Amino acid sequence: MKTILPHYDVIIIGSGSIGVPAALSLAQAGLKILVLDSCASVGQGSNKRAIGGIRATHSDPAKIRLCLRSIEIFSTWQEQFGDDIEWVRGGYSFIAYTEREEKILKDLLQTQKRLGLNIEWLNKDALLKVVPALNPESLIGGTFSPDDGNASPLLALHAFYTRAVALGAQFHYDEPVSGITIKSGKVRGVTTTRGEYGADVVINAAGAWARQIGKLVNLDLPVRPDCHEAGITESIAPLVSPMIVDIRPRPGSANFYFYQHKTGQIIFCITPSPNIWGYDINETSVFLPQVAKRMIEVMPRLQNIRVRRTWRGLYPMTPDGSPIVGWCKELEGMLLAVGTCGQGFMLGPGLGELLARMVTGSTTPSDQEILDILTPYRQFAGMEALK
Amino acid sequence: MPGNRIKQHPILEIPTRKQISFTWKGIPMEGFEGETIASALIANGVSVFGNHPKDGSPQGIFCANGQCSQCMVFANGMPLKACVELLKPGMVIAPANALPELPNVLVVPPAADIPIIDIPVLIIGGGPAGLSAAIELGKRGVNVILVDDKHRLGGKLILQTHRFFGSTDAVFAGTRGIHIATRLEKELQKYDSVQIWLNSTCLAVFSDHKIGVLKDGSQYVLINPQVVLISTGAREKFLAFPGNTLPGVFGAGAFQTLVNRDLVEPSRRLFIIGGGNVGLITGYHALQAGIEVVGLAEALPECGGYKVHKDKLVRLGVPVFTSHTILSANGKERVESVTIARVDAGFQAIPGTEKTFACDSILVAVGLEPVNELLTKAIDFGYKVFAAGDAEEIAEASAAMFSGKIRGLEIARYLGVELGEVPEVWYHTGEILKSRPGMVKSTEEPRIPAGLYPVFHCTQEIPCDPCASICPKGLIFIDHQDIRAIPAYTGGETNCVGCEKCITVCPGLAITLVDYRKDPDFPIVSIPYEFNYDVTTESEKVTVLDTEGTVLGDLEVVKVERVFGRDHTIIVKVRAPASIAPRIAGIRSKELNQTQPMNQYVQVIPDEAIICRCERVSAGEIRQLIRAGYRDINEIKAITRAAMGACGSKTCNSLIHRLFRDEGITTSEITEQTRRPIFIEVPLKVFAGITDKREEGS
Repeated sequence: MKTILPHYDVIIIGSGSIGVPAALSLAQAGLKILVLDSCASVGQGSNKRAIGGIRATHSDPAKIRLCLRSIEIFSTWQEQFGDDIEWVRGGYSFIAYTEREEKILKDLLQTQKRLGLNIEWLNKDALLKVVPALNPESLIGGTFSPDDGNASPLLALHAFYTRAVALGAQFHYDEPVSGITIKSGKVRGVTTTRGEYGADVVINAAGAWARQIGKLVNLDLPVRPDCHEAGITESIAPLVSPMIVDIRPRPGSANFYFYQHKTGQIIFCITPSPNIWGYDINETSVFLPQVAKRMIEVMPRLQNIRVRRTWRGLYPMTPDGSPIVGWCKELEGMLLAVGTCGQGFMLGPGLGELLARMVTGSTTPSDQEILDILTPYRQFAGMEALK
Repeated sequence: MPGNRIKQHPILEIPTRKQISFTWKGIPMEGFEGETIASALIANGVSVFGNHPKDGSPQGIFCANGQCSQCMVFANGMPLKACVELLKPGMVIAPANALPELPNVLVVPPAADIPIIDIPVLIIGGGPAGLSAAIELGKRGVNVILVDDKHRLGGKLILQTHRFFGSTDAVFAGTRGIHIATRLEKELQKYDSVQIWLNSTCLAVFSDHKIGVLKDGSQYVLINPQVVLISTGAREKFLAFPGNTLPGVFGAGAFQTLVNRDLVEPSRRLFIIGGGNVGLITGYHALQAGIEVVGLAEALPECGGYKVHKDKLVRLGVPVFTSHTILSANGKERVESVTIARVDAGFQAIPGTEKTFACDSILVAVGLEPVNELLTKAIDFGYKVFAAGDAEEIAEASAAMFSGKIRGLEIARYLGVELGEVPEVWYHTGEILKSRPGMVKSTEEPRIPAGLYPVFHCTQEIPCDPCASICPKGLIFIDHQDIRAIPAYTGGETNCVGCEKCITVCPGLAITLVDYRKDPDFPIVSIPYEFNYDVTTESEKVTVLDTEGTVLGDLEVVKVERVFGRDHTIIVKVRAPASIAPRIAGIRSKELNQTQPMNQYVQVIPDEAIICRCERVSAGEIRQLIRAGYRDINEIKAITRAAMGACGSKTCNSLIHRLFRDEGITTSEITEQTRRPIFIEVPLKVFAGITDKREEGS
């Protein structure tokens, strides 16, 4: 006999970058919310492994709109609610040292400007004024989007969580989901180690584990994690303001990027090439030599900064590099918010509000445009230019 | 050279070193070549190395072991740990009060691939355990890389000026730790198959079967070993109390490093917290260096260390406050006093029992915990891994040496180099060496007051046998199978030849010789002594004491023997009335500075106590979260930044657990924090294979 546990309007599976802001928005809408997670506390899956970059300067209009709203939320959070989430409007700069990157970035710039983003191309001299520490040797220029920024994933998610709790949302940890109850083609509840909860809506926000949750209801979601490694240094005096992104391919790696956090620490991350698929997040000997060379090449001054710690985290990837957001047609009440491709933190607050509007049936025409792009039923053919 | 330097020492030679100049905050100062920046600063009377950027709190030396980051200074503009970096001529040293500016670099230096080295055995840590294992492997011609993060081998042995307990056969008992280090080092150097990498820190054990090592402080290499031996030793536990991060609050290891290795005086008046062997021994070391020990507080009703160690301190007039705990370290810029209080059975301070003592330093010696992060990773990642010494289990250095020896043989067997079994008796000996002190037994009644015989002021079962091993006549008996027994004299009054070897070899200074032959009413008592105060001239009066430090009388010195080959242990002979002669265990020469509590009581606010030194997170901040229901240390870390600092949670982790315990929360309810590489902070360029040394000097 299963223990029958309380009924909720919405059960969210996953207390991470998406699940927590979604719980906040749904609780704000007055709904009875339960968030379930197999980890011991908030954000312990991939959120705490994110480096904290927040930008709206994507190429996919859906992501752009969601992130523009996220930036509003991140940047006003402290004045609204008092918690310092270490938001800094430092901007993003994609740099170009060869014509290849110059062309990619300038082509993209047209789309981005058309979509109303505040982003400009800076030639070498102008870019060096913004980022004087860049290696000037063969630098061509780069984009600069001053409205982008960064914040602490740990503090931000915790702030959302505290607020959600204050609004009545419940969070259960160390409680993995083992089943989703279906009756007559409708979601009815969620089973865990403790028993069965009733629910009208279940949101899959399980990040890198979204596919396993999908399988509980025979959905084969095209989400699989690949592993990126990141690191953090000691604190230094202010040196660099925007997030620097270098999209040159190098042996063993694709993009790499770093920024200086509010604490003065430099946080850096690399995209392995080819991708490292799977759930292994144990440290390897490859990362530090690989990233160190690239960072010093881009910013020679960084050679003397002391590295403090490194870690690996998972990017829940989709075939086309864009998230999957939408109702499951085969199963009423099943809502998908998965495959955020390593951008869950920056998408989270905007996406959380969208999910709340979907559940409460108050989506706007603009929301519908986003949902048309992110629909689970799209052909995963294209590829987002700057994922 | 003036300043806080030890000018004479009863055991250690004061070497002549080359003097070099440097500046601190623009003030010219003198130091010695080969010493650390921290020791040079302390020798010049500097105890505050900077102020923490978060709250301006004064920062000074704490671990002296490269583990915390409290001693950070800017040397020639670069932030570095003053306790590990060596002083260079003309160095411009400044406090690390602000965030460092990175020096401008115009050209990109050439990067290089990181070398990968295949080796049968990697030993991490060249202390007693690692050295002993390396010797066993060296004997058998096994190729070994031994890495150690210090500038010389021996680990903590090189700080130990006292004679070691343990088994003479197995682990050099009766020899001073400093000399054991030299002996092991010399023995190891005979074996060409062992490469010794000093000043080389293991940074990480990776999951792809490579271990990252910072070789000689500047080159990053990856090692792919068939077998890894972790002999990384222990780190000291710390306590949370108000004022616990004031300059002048040290770990015992730090104090021993500064005093016994670097011969500087970080203190003139010391108070010790903790009555285990480490606290007791360090108190003795302080006294030998001419540093006053104001007192020692132990929370338990009895000191946990060997009684003979405690007796040595008590005989020298150090008050030992059992069932007492520290309430606070008091002072503005550095320690000015300490407040202690009696505790009840539940270790709670009893109001009204507070006492405050003037002192300039507080030594915290409340136990050790294994440095086992690398071991845990190696096990998790499926390495063929062995552990020896404190990294495996906290015990005495003698036990560490023996476990290293056993592991060495086990590794040789694993590699197929050694075909013989590890003798069963070795495991037995290893266990005996690890044993805790046993019961205190009543001393046996003196024999017939005639002839000549040794008296053992050794009443507690501890693993130790040098007296039995050294007696040329074989008259001292300790069971060879179990050396924990109390020694027994088996000779009559005429068998002992009075060679005095047992007196000088005893690590506890707990053997005297009573000679009734000339005058049965006033026998001559020979007493071991390890101080260089002026007592040791004949016809001077000294106070004689029993084992527990009770004064038995003032007696005239009839002879002082300084014999070459006895390694600095002096024998002082007094003529004593027969009624007290067998009870005399020690002498006291100096007028005691009677320790008196001060007339003030410092208000205690335990919430203020700092838990995370790096990020200055207080007990109150963490306790509040625990009380609010937080059980995942990762989450507490995320919110408060505790454990996010430079040291990687080496100091605060056990304190955070302690806060949970205080709230009645069991370990099973707590989620442990994720441990991440790298072991210490290292400049980025090292990982890019850029090996040029930092610009140093003028």
